[in-house]
This record gives sequence, C-alpha cells and structure tokens, in this order.
Amino acid sequence: MSGWRHPTAGRVNRERPAGFHFDGIALTGFEGDTLASALLASGTRVLGRSFKYHRPRGLWGMGGEEPNAILDVTRDGVTMPNVRATTELLEDGMALSSVNAAPDAAHDRYRLLDRLQRFLPAGFYYKTFMRPGWMTWEPMIRRMAGLGRIDPANCPPADCPRINAQCDLLIIGAGPAGLAAARAAARKGRAVWLVDEAPEPGGSLRWRGGFIDGADWREFVDAVQAEVLAAGGRVLARTTLWGAFDHGLFAAWERRTGLPDVHWRIRAGEVILAAGAIERPLWFANNDLPGVMSAEAALHHLVLYGAVAGRRIVLATGGDASYPVAAALAEAGAEVTLTDIRPEGPDAPEGVRVVRAARLTAARGGREVRCAVIDGEAWEADTVLTSGGYTPSVHLYCQAGGKLDWDDVRDALVPRRGTAPIMVAGAASGSFGLSAALAEGHAAAGGEGPAPRPEGDAPWGVTPMRPDPALPGRQWIDLQNDVTLKDVGLAAREGFTSVEHLKRYTTLGMATDQGRTSNFAGLAAMAALTARSIPETGTTTYRPPFTPVPLAVIAGRRRGALFNPLKRLPLEPEHRAAGARFREYGGWLRPAVYGTGDESTLAVDEARTARQSVGIFDASPLGKIEVIGPGAPELLDFANYVRMSTLRPGRARYGFMLAESGVVYDDGVVLRLAEDRFIVSASSSHVAGVLLRLEDARQDRFDPSRVVLHDVTAHWVTLTVTGPRARDLLDEAEIAVPEMPHMGVAETTEAGHPMRIARVSFTGDLSYEVSVPARHSDDLRNRLDRARGAVGGRWIGLEAVMILRAEKGYILVGKDTDGLTMPHDLGWGAQRERRRDEYLGKRSLFTPEGCREGRRQLVGIAVSDGDAPLAAGAHLVPLDGPRRSLGFVTSSYRSPGLDRPIALALLEDGRARIGDRIGCFHMGEVRAAVVAPACAFDPEGHRLDG
Amino acid sequence: MQRFQCPFCGLRDETEFHFATEAGKSRPEPAEEVTDAEWAAYLHLNDALKGQAREVWVHLTCGEYFLMTRDTLTREVSGSEALPGRAS
Amino acid sequence: MTRRYSALSLFREGLGGHRGWQPAWRKADPRPAYDAIIVGGGGHGLATAYYLAKNHGITRVAVLERGWVGGGNTGRNTTVVRSNYFYPESVALYDLALRLYEGLSRELNYNIMLSQRGMLIAAHTPMQMEICTRIANAMQLNGVDGALMSAEEAMRRVPLLNRSEDARYRCMGGIWQGRAGVARHDAVAWAYARAASGLGIDIIENCAVTDLLIEGGRVTGVETSRGTIRAERVGLAAAGATPGLAARAGVTLPIHTYALQAFVSEPVKPCLDTVLLYLGTGTYVSQSDKGELVVGGGLDRVPTHGQRGNLPAQETVLSGLLEMFPAFGQLKLLRQWAGVVDVVPDSSPVIGPTAVEGLYLNCGWGTGGFKAIPAGGWLLAHLLARGEHHEISRPFGLDRFVTGRLIDEAAGSGIAH
Repeated sequence: MSGWRHPTAGRVNRERPAGFHFDGIALTGFEGDTLASALLASGTRVLGRSFKYHRPRGLWGMGGEEPNAILDVTRDGVTMPNVRATTELLEDGMALSSVNAAPDAAHDRYRLLDRLQRFLPAGFYYKTFMRPGWMTWEPMIRRMAGLGRIDPANCPPADCPRINAQCDLLIIGAGPAGLAAARAAARKGRAVWLVDEAPEPGGSLRWRGGFIDGADWREFVDAVQAEVLAAGGRVLARTTLWGAFDHGLFAAWERRTGLPDVHWRIRAGEVILAAGAIERPLWFANNDLPGVMSAEAALHHLVLYGAVAGRRIVLATGGDASYPVAAALAEAGAEVTLTDIRPEGPDAPEGVRVVRAARLTAARGGREVRCAVIDGEAWEADTVLTSGGYTPSVHLYCQAGGKLDWDDVRDALVPRRGTAPIMVAGAASGSFGLSAALAEGHAAAGGEGPAPRPEGDAPWGVTPMRPDPALPGRQWIDLQNDVTLKDVGLAAREGFTSVEHLKRYTTLGMATDQGRTSNFAGLAAMAALTARSIPETGTTTYRPPFTPVPLAVIAGRRRGALFNPLKRLPLEPEHRAAGARFREYGGWLRPAVYGTGDESTLAVDEARTARQSVGIFDASPLGKIEVIGPGAPELLDFANYVRMSTLRPGRARYGFMLAESGVVYDDGVVLRLAEDRFIVSASSSHVAGVLLRLEDARQDRFDPSRVVLHDVTAHWVTLTVTGPRARDLLDEAEIAVPEMPHMGVAETTEAGHPMRIARVSFTGDLSYEVSVPARHSDDLRNRLDRARGAVGGRWIGLEAVMILRAEKGYILVGKDTDGLTMPHDLGWGAQRERRRDEYLGKRSLFTPEGCREGRRQLVGIAVSDGDAPLAAGAHLVPLDGPRRSLGFVTSSYRSPGLDRPIALALLEDGRARIGDRIGCFHMGEVRAAVVAPACAFDPEGHRLDG
Repeated sequence: MQRFQCPFCGLRDETEFHFATEAGKSRPEPAEEVTDAEWAAYLHLNDALKGQAREVWVHLTCGEYFLMTRDTLTREVSGSEALPGRAS
Repeated sequence: MTRRYSALSLFREGLGGHRGWQPAWRKADPRPAYDAIIVGGGGHGLATAYYLAKNHGITRVAVLERGWVGGGNTGRNTTVVRSNYFYPESVALYDLALRLYEGLSRELNYNIMLSQRGMLIAAHTPMQMEICTRIANAMQLNGVDGALMSAEEAMRRVPLLNRSEDARYRCMGGIWQGRAGVARHDAVAWAYARAASGLGIDIIENCAVTDLLIEGGRVTGVETSRGTIRAERVGLAAAGATPGLAARAGVTLPIHTYALQAFVSEPVKPCLDTVLLYLGTGTYVSQSDKGELVVGGGLDRVPTHGQRGNLPAQETVLSGLLEMFPAFGQLKLLRQWAGVVDVVPDSSPVIGPTAVEGLYLNCGWGTGGFKAIPAGGWLLAHLLARGEHHEISRPFGLDRFVTGRLIDEAAGSGIAH
C-alpha cells in the first residue's frame, strides 16, 4: 500500500466521489479518475497476475502501452473483459476484478508456478507435452491461459455508426506538435481534423505543462481549438486513429459518453503524424515488481489526478527529462532519490537527492517493491520509477508503407522521410522536447510566420540504455507475456534470431499492449546477443490496429437484419396477413408455406390443391432483364445455350446460360415481346450474375449501341396461377387473357396499367405468370385472392412449388445441378450436337471432360423399400460390390400427385441406368431404390393445357 | 479501401468493382478449330504479374467494363480507360 | 549439448540454465550444387525436404527461403486442419495430411500442438443442410469421420452461438468432423525444419531465387541472391510467388493471387472449444490455446501481391463473427494480417510436373494450404524423387485444366472451402 492521493493536486472532481470495488474490496475515487489513477491513489498495488508465471503485477504506464493493469469491469450487472485501466474512466459503482488470477490477484493459487520458472522457458511447450498426447495437457494449459472472462449474457448491441469523412488535413495527435501544425493549417484556411486518444487536447503539455508564446499552455490549446473550428475543422478527443489503409484511408475509433462509439473512415488531402513517443522501461532484476513504474506515467498520474505513485521513490534514469518528474514528486511530498547513469546531468531539483553515475541493477520485494539495488547497495524504497529513453510512435507511418532509419543521436528508429505519404512531427519523428515539437509541427503544416515558442524549454539529453545479459537475475522484456532477457538469449541460442522468429518463438511483443514497451528492448537484446546492429536485426511489420479496437466498433451496425439484408417482396404484408411463413430463398424472403401446423404437411396439401384445382404463388423474385435493340437476338444467341433469335414475338423459350467452363450457370425462360425486345427470366439468385455476363458479351463482343440491357426485376410483381383451374381463376378475377398456346406471352392493359401474361409452367400444369408494375400489385393480388375462393384455389408457398416442379423433373440450378453439370447431363444434348455458331461455354462442352463417359446425369429415383422419402443429400451406391459414390440425391419429396416419394439425382451414366436397382446411402444405412426418368408426373405433358 | 477510377462515373470505392480478367486475352474461335490446350490457356492461365498489370474490371453499379493499369504490389493505380471503341 | 526434446531434457536443461540447447536447424550456406532444390521455406517446402530425406533417402537437398522460415502463409493462416471434403480425390489428399499430422509431434520430436477438438460447418437454411448431408455422406463413403450435427447439439457444443430470434443466420446444425482441429502453425514449420536439418538438409534463409536456369528444356539450377546453385530437380513451393518464378521458366499457371486476412482478438479464458465455419457469413473461428479468437473469412476482393489486408474485408468478416457470436462484441481486435494466396479456378492445389523437365510444382493451395502441409510435402517429395506422380497427387496435375477434369469442391459440394 504505497500510492496515495495528494490533497490538492490533479484535476479530479473532489466534490464527486466514486465508489468502486477491486477484487471485492471497496475503494473510493473521484469523478475524472481513470481506473488506473483511482487504484494508484487507493494504494492498491497488485492489479493482476502475469500470463505465464503468475507473478504479481502492478500499474506500469498511463495509456495504451499499459501491459499489466488489465481488468474485467462490471457495470450495471454487465461485464466487459480486458479493460485497460489507464484509458477507462472511473464510474461510481463499478466492480473491477483482476484477470488471470484465481481467486484474485492477491491470493492467486497459481503463484507457485513462478517457482518452476527455470523449467518453463520460452517455448517449453514445443519440447514437451508430446506424451501421451497434446490433447491430454491442452485443457489445463487453456484454462491457465487467457486474460479476462467473456460474460455470456453480455451481447453488446450493434449500434456503432460507421461514418465516412473527408478533410484537408488530418493531424494525428493533439500534443504540442499536432497543435502547432493545426494552428498553422487553420490560419491558412484549411479544414483540419485534429484527432487524439486522450479526453482533451494537449498531449504531454497536460502533465508536463509549459508556457507557450508567453501564456499558459491551456490558453494555447484553447486558442488553437478555436482557430481549427473557425476554419471549418474539427477536434476529435477520445479518438484513436488505429489504422492506415490503402489509398489514403484511415480508420479511427471514437469513444463517446452515453452514446455508441463511432467507427470513422477518414480520407484526408494530407496527413501529419504527431503521435508522440512512449517511455522505455529499464532492465534490471525483478523489473516487473508492482511498484516499478514509468517515470513519465508517475508524473501524468500526479498532475492529472493527484495520484502519487509512492512515498519513498527511487527514480532511475539516463535522461534529462526525468528531472522535472523527480521535482514534481518531491514537491508533492514524496521522498525522491534520482539515480542517473550519467556522471553529469542537470542540477538536482529542490528536495531531490541525485546520485550520479549510478546504476540500478535490481529491485527487491515479495509482492511489491521494498528496495532498489543501486551499484550493489540496497536502498529502501516503495516505488521505483524508470526512464530508459523514448520510442517514437511510428506505427501509422509504417502501416502506410513508411520505412524507418536508425538514428544514433536520438537513440531510436525514426521515419525515413518520403517513404510514406505522411509527414511526421515532434517526438514521433524523434524530435524530443517542446520547442522542437512546436517548430516541427508548425513547419509540417507549412506554417507562415514564427512557430509557437515555449519559455524555458527543458533539456532532453539521453544516454542510450540497453538490456544487459551480464546482469544477474531475471529481467523482464515483455511484462504481459512474461518474456525475460534469458528467453531472448535462449531464442538466439536456438537460432530464432530473426525478429519475426523471436516474436513468434517467445511471444515477445504479442500481448495486448502490442509490444509498446517490449519490442525495442527485444530488438536491442537480440542485436546485442547476435553482435548485430539494430538496423541489421530489423523490426517486425507494423499493422493495424495501433491499439486493440472493439470488434463491435469495426463490425458496426451490419448485424441481424442489416447483415446481408434480405430482399423483400412488395406483397410481403399481404402474404403475412394470409398466414404465410417466411424463409430465405436465394437472398429473398419468401413464403415457404401458408397456415399453421406441420410444414411438410402444409406443403403437400398446398401442392395437392394446386394439382387438383389451382394455386397462386408469388414469383416476383424471378429475374426480368430486358434486352432491347436490333442487336438483341444475336446477343441472346451468344449468351444462351438455346438459340433465341428464332423465337417468334409473343413466344417464350426455355434455355440455359452457361459459364465459359461449359457448366450450367442459370436456366430460365426468354420471352420475346417484339422483334427487338426480349425479357430474360433469370433465377432469382442469379439476376446480377446473368446481367453481368450479358453486359460482358454486349460490350466485348457486339456493338453496344445496337443493344441495351435493363434489369427491371424489382419493377414488376409476378403472381403465378397454376393448376387445372388456372384459367377459371383468371376469368373469375376478370383478368382478360388473350388466347395463347403454352409458351405464349402477351402484353395487355388491365384497369389502365400494363400487364404481362405468360403461359409458362414451372409445375407441369396450365400456368399463367401474371406480371404488373409493382405499384399496382395490390389490385392484382386482391382480385386473384377474391377469385380464389370461388374456384377452390389457395395461396401456395415455395415449398409446394418445389414439390410440383420436382414431380416434373424441373431442375433448380445449384440444387439439382452442381458446378460440373453441363446441359447434356440434363438431357439437353441436341444443341451441343447441332449448333455451329459460337455461344458462351461452347468449347468447354467438347473437352475430354465434356465428352467423357460416366458423367453424372439428371435422373429420377423411385423408392422401392417403403414409404419414407429419401434424404436429400443421400448418395447413390452400387447394391453389390465395393461401395463408392455414383452420385447423390438432389431433391426429395413426398409427391401428392403420385402419392409416393419421389427424388431427383445426379448419377453416373444415369440415363443408361434407368430401370436399374440402386442403393441409397445415408448416414451408414443403405436403402434400395430404382433409377427412373427425371419426370415422374404426367410425362406426356397433357396437363400443360389444363 | 482502395479507390478506382471508373471512366464513366469517376473515383469510387473498391467495393463497387469486380475484377474480370487480365487484359489482352482474346477468345479463341471458332470452337471447332480450337485445341483443348488453347482453350484451357484462354480460360485459366494468367500472368498474375507482381507489379504493373493491365486488367479488365467492371464497375458493378453502372455495368461498364473498362481497362485499368495498376501495381499489384503497391496497389497504386496509374490509370483507367474505356474499352477500345467505347467513349467515356 | 541437448538435441532431443522431452520433459526430461527440459528438466535437465532447466537445472543448467538452458545453455545446452542446439539451434533448431543449422543456418546453412549454399553449396554450389544439390540433388534437389526446393524453392520456398514454408511448411510445404520444408516438409518436402524432410520426406525427401526420410522416404527417399535423398539428403543433398537445399530449401531456399527468401526471408525467414515459415514467414509466408505457413505463419499467416488460421491454423485449421481438417479433411471434411466432398470428392474422393480431395479426401485422399487432405486425409493423408491429417493422418500424418496425427503422428507428427512424435515423429518430428516437436510438439506442434495438434488439437483435434472437432470442427462444425454450420448451416442456416434447409438447402444448406441438404448440402451438408451430401458432404457428410460423401465423407463417410470416403472413409473419413463425417457426421451430421443437429441444431441442438451444435448449440450445446458451441453455447455462445447466436440464439436470438433476430439472428440473420440461425444455426440449423451442420457437418461435424471430430478429427479436425487446429495446430500451432509456426511449430509445424520449425518442426519440419529441425527434422530436415537433422537429416542433413540445408535450410538457407535470406536467399531469394531470382531466376530458374533452363538448358535444353530441362532445369539445371537456380539463380539466387546468394549466387548460382545447380540442381537437376527443382520443386516450387512458394505460394503467391510461384507464378512469377514459373514464368521465368516459361510456365504460365492458372493462378490469381489475392490477400487473405486473419484476425486475432485479445485473449480470454476458454469460451469456444471447436472450430466453427459458418456458411451464412463465410466467417470461421477458433480459440487459440493462448485464449485469443483466431478469425478468418473471405478474400479481399482485389487481386494483389501485397501482404496487406484492407478495411472492407475486415468489416465484413468481423460483422460476420459478431452475427454468429453476439457475445464476442465484448472483445477487441488485437492483431490482423494478410497472406498472399494462390487461387486456382477449382480451388484445388496444383501438384505435378511442368513442361520443363525436372521442374515440379506444389502450389495453388489458395486459402487452405496449412492443413495439407504434410501431404503436400509427401507428394512433392515423391515427384522429385521418382519423377512421377504418387497416386494421390495424380488428379492434381496441371493437365486437369486442359482435360477439363477439375476438382472443384465449391462446385461439387456447394461449399467454398
């Protein structure tokens, strides 16, 4: 218990205390606290257990780099796992629990694992658990791994909006560099978007403070914001710019209070990256103990929240930037000793004891720091702050394709100018210090006049520090994934010297902190161990996301009904009123059956009625592509397996569209309305594909000025009246039907609006497809519905239609055909033999495969052992001899017309086997059946004329 | 999100486009005189170039096919044009 | 010096500070000539080398890798292994791989963490269930463990599945393969590399092949960034880089290259015990031993050679994931990456000879190469050693594109694999 709340420092609202629990212990913070600052101020040290060794871990940092303080947060009975304490604001009533600890962080029962650490080095699991088998061990390993727990009851709503935005200049990071850039651009009248993760702009000014152009930094920030807004720009706080994608697209995640988060997709004319830098840790024995913290973070928590890291503090550093930290902590009342690795440095701040040319080699303590070992001497301390220099946040530059150079002076990898379409300013480019940041930001935005100038800029000298393999004890490189310097050494010894191998073998840098505090150390250690320079050792690839982003934000509202939205029928309400049960068919929501009760019984009843009197079904999803112009016949001849130019106006013809591979892509009827006007009826799920193939041929092969295509599928409602009494029903509905033969089509006028009637049958019975413009469909529907009663007809759903067409052996492409089915497999071989002209897919019909014996052909299957329909998806097998698949059942129903089961199948040499007995294999059992013609019902076609 | 220039509609998001084929392929005809190998080459073989490539694309929303030149590695688009004989 | 991996050797080394471990594989420098060269140090290339040595006794072999071992698609996939295929040819191939995987940890003395936790291909319409029936029956006829699973059983095994009435795709059941599962992808590459190296094979990293040397219609070697290396037999196992290499030998392939993305969430305690592929969304997911959800989906739509994923595909895949598992909306995306996959028209691999004598292919795995690594290596090794097909690889030669006899799983089963 070492952290404490300063009585006055910080900007939390002390009028508004916020009660919360951590691992069941009641604590109090204030409004404005983060979870981290509230816990720090409460004196809570052990916030969780490490991933592998279950070592106690405490707060390290102040933002997205935090590796340890990951908590499950329960609020109003709902738990969110893996919440980063440093970036989440405290709310009254929150219950926080530590992760990877049982029962809690303080009493974790797996803590003994740390004693076994010498037998659990990096990748130990690759070397063992092979006997008796990995799956014996895996459940135990899985239970011990993982951080937080999913709350099964917590299903966040799909409510995060996705917003596309554009701006002249996107500035990532609202610290001093970003602010200076924003000011310069706004003054030139540019619309600037200034984006920052923190709740307010200011960046490091918020805790480092400073005077800019003679005024307090807050005035500078306010003035810049005002200028940005006045120039038409925008300031987005609590917004993480997490990804740079192709062609200049950036993704950002905005957190809002009381409103869903926003998924921004931003395109900008120009981009300036001013994302700052992250403080590196130091490497010494037990540098993972709770109480070891980033010095910069300690200042942050003190200044912003009045949360003081400890009472007796040792601050180990090699850089000037740590001196103001020590000064502030001392002024707050802590006892501060600063140890500087350098023999010289800035003057000792007031109240701070400075030890120069001194090196921190170890921390000691059980569950938290008790003392720091400096040059062999143990110093009592409850807190050890460290500063190992700074690593520029170059992630987005690299995501955008940028390259890095090693800079010895800055002791960092810095962006190589011109390798990405992004300018970089301030600490992100390796230019540390306030005046450099302001000047670079100003210049990056093409600022006119003098850059903003700070007063009394602090020095920023730093001595490079590296992990030292010679130092005794365990030095942690990756805190969350428990990777130590010895693990890096082991990886080097075993040849995993490429940084990518190092990462994958040791898991270094793969934790939820994205390697913010570990990647550099791992790289530097591997460079040292293999006697290479850092650039020779290389870096891993930077990819989105910069920070873990909620899946719910990226997924957005595309869920439920908005995920692949269904196409809906104009008459859906009427069908519902008539008792329809809806189901998806090829992307359309269509009536499956009408009424209540068992679905298959209903479907059989509906089909029986349609056979005996008349049924009506909604066929509106049937594709309707108009092909218009003098070039239409030749286009359709090419696009169709069956010639359409010989079709007379007023007639319809069934045909196929093939893919160039010769496979049946779609089937359907083509209507010729006039010499130069056709309608292609594509299958409902193939309309877009058929249109695309027609367009391809039209533009690539023919004169596109002689033929145009127009998809009018959605413009028309089609109701099909089918059955022996179809004509009676239309008469009863007072719909004038011109005399026409089967496969005739006519355009008429009904009540002043156009109507199209086609005698086309998908059921084998007399059928009329009646189409009207969608806006007039109510009238048509109501007239048919009224007439229905008089002739004893009923509405039938798609399930009944499926039965009716299967009785006739009419196929459904994709169900009764597969991606290998050619037209001659369906009994349509004549065109292949006869046609001399070119058509889509022609050549493929004559490849060895197209000509092969033993192709799977469409046949019917009659059940010979009982009354139950076969399983669709059953395979056909020889009744004698070795069992192998000869084909499979594609459709199977109980036929009301025949009062027995029927089925369609694709069967090797099927037509030659008609009459043969065959086995039907389903889930290990074989039933006997007989191969039959595909058409089981009315094979002579007498019923087509009613 | 990549953006492509439809010669007819202008710059649009990649989701509106569909890759058709590599440019420069012509359909061997008549079928009777085309060998299996020639047909297979037309149907299936691609250069799949790494770097500059010329391809036929279709803009799904307007239905127009067009030619695009782009770098398949960097994804930089260097130009797009209507099919020969098609004014944009 | 410790070479053999076991609990005992780990214990002994633990006492000694792990100072005795040897490099997993030798960092070999190229020699002037080999009996065979394998281009591509991913799973397939390394397995090929191992089986050349083990099955055929050919050890004067080099594996040339332009970057680091296992850095291509072997290290970029979603680690699923399975053999739930429709065609007998596919089942023979993928089940050979699965059977080899089942013994691999012990054979190679390296724990590849094969977790046969089962895989469900979930359907959401009666028609999809019919297709699932078709596949499950085909699997049984082909002698692999395939079964139909009911919706209730699916919900029991995968309790977090979307049960809402508003779900766009409610699970109706699907195909279950109990032997399917996941394996640690990097470990597969490292295990083969270590075993091959142990048998004397040279694994040469940072060695980019820049050209193929052809004399009189036969291959005689390769030009590399580290000089000329001679060999009479060359196997290409370089995924998306294969078309460019083959073109150097005048061989054009039926391949398009696309980026395929994978996604990883933050780790959580166990919440998903199977591999799941959802037909309605095309999204698939499993949970790694570390606790991360490993997620994949469809290809990015623009052909490319760039190993970068694009935002629209991310949005689609992740919305698909949350549609399947609304509770996963609690989690965050931790990592995302892409591999360049070599896609052929029938989405089955190309294994076989080319018009150039001595030049053999193992490519076209598209989105599914990882699960086939042991078989891909076994079969390419057979080709390199014998100069002729193994029976299992025969249907997968380039000649199928000329005869038209494609092995199109998506077409035959209605399910895109």
